[in-house]
Amino acid sequence: MQEKVAAVQMRDITKRFGAVTANDKAWLDIYRGEILALLGENGSGKTTLMNMLAGIYYPDEGQIFVDGHEVSIRTPKDAFDFGIGMIHQHFKLVDVLTAAENIVLGLKGKGKLDMKAVSAKVHEICDLYGFEVDPEQKIYDMSVSQKQTVEIIKVLYRGADILILDEPTAVLTPQETDKLFAVLHNMKKDGKAVVIITHKLHEVEDISDRVAVLRKGQFVGDMITKQTTPEEMTNMMVGHAVSLNINRPEPKNVEPRLKVRNLTVRDIEGIIKLDGVSFEARSGEILGIAGISGCGQKELLEAIAGLQKVEKGEITYLAQGGEAESLIGKSPREISDLGVALSFVPEDRLGMGLVANMDLTDNMMLRSFRRGKGLFTDRKSPHILAEKVVDELDVNTPGVDIPVRRLSGGNVQKVLVGREIASSPSVLMTAYAVRGLDINSSYTIYDLINKQKDKGVAVIYVGEDLDVLLELCDRILVLCSGKVSGIVDGKGASKREVGLMMTKLGGES
Amino acid sequence: MTEEIREPLLRISKRDTIARGKAYLIRASALVLALILSGLIIFGITKLNPVSVYAAMYKGAFGTSTRAWITIRDTMMLLCIGIGLAPAFKMRFWNIGAEGQILAGGIATAACMIYFNNLPTPLLLIVMAIAAIVAGGIWGLVPAFFKARFGTNETLFTLMMNYIAIQLTSYCVSLWENPFGSNSVGIINPKTFAGWFPKIFGQQYALNVIIVLALAVLMFVYMRYTKHGYEISVVGESENTAKYAGIKVGKVVMRTMAISGAICGIAGFIAVSGASHTISTSTAGGRGFTAIIIAWLAKFNTFIMIAVALLLVFLEKGAAQIASQFNLNNYASQMIIGIILFFLIGCEFFINYKVTFHKSSKKEDAS
Repeated sequence: MQEKVAAVQMRDITKRFGAVTANDKAWLDIYRGEILALLGENGSGKTTLMNMLAGIYYPDEGQIFVDGHEVSIRTPKDAFDFGIGMIHQHFKLVDVLTAAENIVLGLKGKGKLDMKAVSAKVHEICDLYGFEVDPEQKIYDMSVSQKQTVEIIKVLYRGADILILDEPTAVLTPQETDKLFAVLHNMKKDGKAVVIITHKLHEVEDISDRVAVLRKGQFVGDMITKQTTPEEMTNMMVGHAVSLNINRPEPKNVEPRLKVRNLTVRDIEGIIKLDGVSFEARSGEILGIAGISGCGQKELLEAIAGLQKVEKGEITYLAQGGEAESLIGKSPREISDLGVALSFVPEDRLGMGLVANMDLTDNMMLRSFRRGKGLFTDRKSPHILAEKVVDELDVNTPGVDIPVRRLSGGNVQKVLVGREIASSPSVLMTAYAVRGLDINSSYTIYDLINKQKDKGVAVIYVGEDLDVLLELCDRILVLCSGKVSGIVDGKGASKREVGLMMTKLGGES
Repeated sequence: MTEEIREPLLRISKRDTIARGKAYLIRASALVLALILSGLIIFGITKLNPVSVYAAMYKGAFGTSTRAWITIRDTMMLLCIGIGLAPAFKMRFWNIGAEGQILAGGIATAACMIYFNNLPTPLLLIVMAIAAIVAGGIWGLVPAFFKARFGTNETLFTLMMNYIAIQLTSYCVSLWENPFGSNSVGIINPKTFAGWFPKIFGQQYALNVIIVLALAVLMFVYMRYTKHGYEISVVGESENTAKYAGIKVGKVVMRTMAISGAICGIAGFIAVSGASHTISTSTAGGRGFTAIIIAWLAKFNTFIMIAVALLLVFLEKGAAQIASQFNLNNYASQMIIGIILFFLIGCEFFINYKVTFHKSSKKEDAS
């Protein structure tokens, strides 16, 4: 291998936020014609490090070299001048504008804006790398994957040849991920440097040429992807050996706990979100729910939790003694007043499950504040609970009086799950419980879920990672456009089978 | 190598937390800076000694015991409205209808004073207070009901309720006109003092202070330690979370706005019965808007509101004094108020953000 000049070299980069050191003398080399996977746990400083390349943050200490010259990147515009473009986890697009309008937004030009020329250039980029996008389409009409494509074209249009993608696959289906990877391959062949931040090790193996690992803001090392193993990568990330197997203990004392029959739900615009869904959740069992995002998973859980209006159908809770209670038309409060211990970890953690600006204690109160005496809230027991959750789930926080928005994603999720299982539920519903979490935190969550299963809780686990669903769940219900495509056993099912059922009702091709 | 590595001159980063003492130090220095700057401007334009101008301001607000009590009375009035607005704004319900709610309370109070003037004073006061609470509460409840039921915009709705209240007041003024043709209600019950706040310890405005301070304590406890208060915070932060926790958002919105309106109604009661003893379209006098600043500056802490309200009233009284004492027109004094408020509100930026200047001397070793 000949000596290549690094497109970007970062040396001794340090960045502090108040008392927190996000990056501590971090090093990183990025080469052209190579896809680099940047790995690290939540809060290890991957995104911060890349934001400093993209001009979002400015390093406190350290140097950045582009093609061997030391540079100072103060603004995103500076970054573009050096050919660096970043695709952020949260898209930065204007919904009411078209793709092409978004792409040229903010660019300086002379005279009249020639949208035709813009469209032509967009088409040219698309053809070069194999994107599929209509420049005239409005953003609000686009799927998540299309929006991401627009973001990528946006940076390419600006002439970026060093691309940084922050967890691009977190929101994509397996098929969309394949498409994205094909495009990234084309870019690599074109001599561009690509950095991809991800948590999914199998993706790292699929796509990258080299892996760099960060731990606690520091650069731990890098290696050629082909010469490493998932175990080695995980060990470098976490700092000690981790087992990568998910347990699936045999279900015990299985009995029906929740019966859903013919459930039909429409959203506010009258579009059918769930269409005649029937299934049964059983105690001591994990029922996985698979499906392309937006296929009714959210509506299903919210309908059970009493947050979603149901058009028709039945939801029946069967208590241990065998008494049946209908949950249809009941508010979350009425459901809990019935004595139905229903816990729900929603997809939108900070927008629904927790209050971002409140501290841990106040967030614990969300479920228990009515239990206080008379007019007043009881703050003591939520405080004790908060400390217990921090202690038992190993939440990394300076204290229980810190607003949860200041915790990292994994810790936020631990707080939410900790609160939900603290009420010893008989039904536990989780939506994308490990989305955005690193490997270590994910395994903590799987462990917690398995413990609940062991206690005889009926767990409903909505997931997006098929590998995990197949390893963790006892049965998997596959949704396809709001209908039940089938229910398979977790043990025997193959990824291909479930993937087909996700895209086509029944799964027959 | 000749290229220059230029660091940004200053960097702004959000602070995680700030020690309480440091925050107050920043606020205090903002006040001092504002006074210095206004002093320079006063001197530059009028050649007056800034110290004597400030002394005059103090004299205007606290110079005599009567003036001091009027300053206190007006502070309590603003504070009362601020207390009323606090729960609404904490719930992120943009209640800019305090003016209307005050007038509604004021009309109810005046009506009781006029029609029930033969009741014994303690009973009459209670009737008036209840009437004002109900009237203000309804004025707050109506926009909340429409917001909860039909999702209407509360900003426009509460604003329009103000105009209704003003028109209603005009109507009542002509109905109760006294003497005939004066186009004003005049002092109500000037001989019998029926429905006037009684003097306590010889002080005319002592009851105003007692009522408002009691409300400040109650509201503080209500927002911080009760279930209702918790529900208000959750609804204000995220409606979805509130629904998830089984909180009925519409109910909380209506209840809170009824309380908010009711307290503004009490402000109207105090304004009529405890201060002016009359009613006119200027009974609220823009204080329903000024109080919004008070509520926000104090971050809805009713005790801090006392200080903020006092500062605003002090500035207002002081400004009036320098205008008359030094023959300046009103603009000069309003400029001073503007400068002080600009600094006080502006310094919040330095409390929330940290500004670091870059350390230079790095260029030399770069080559």
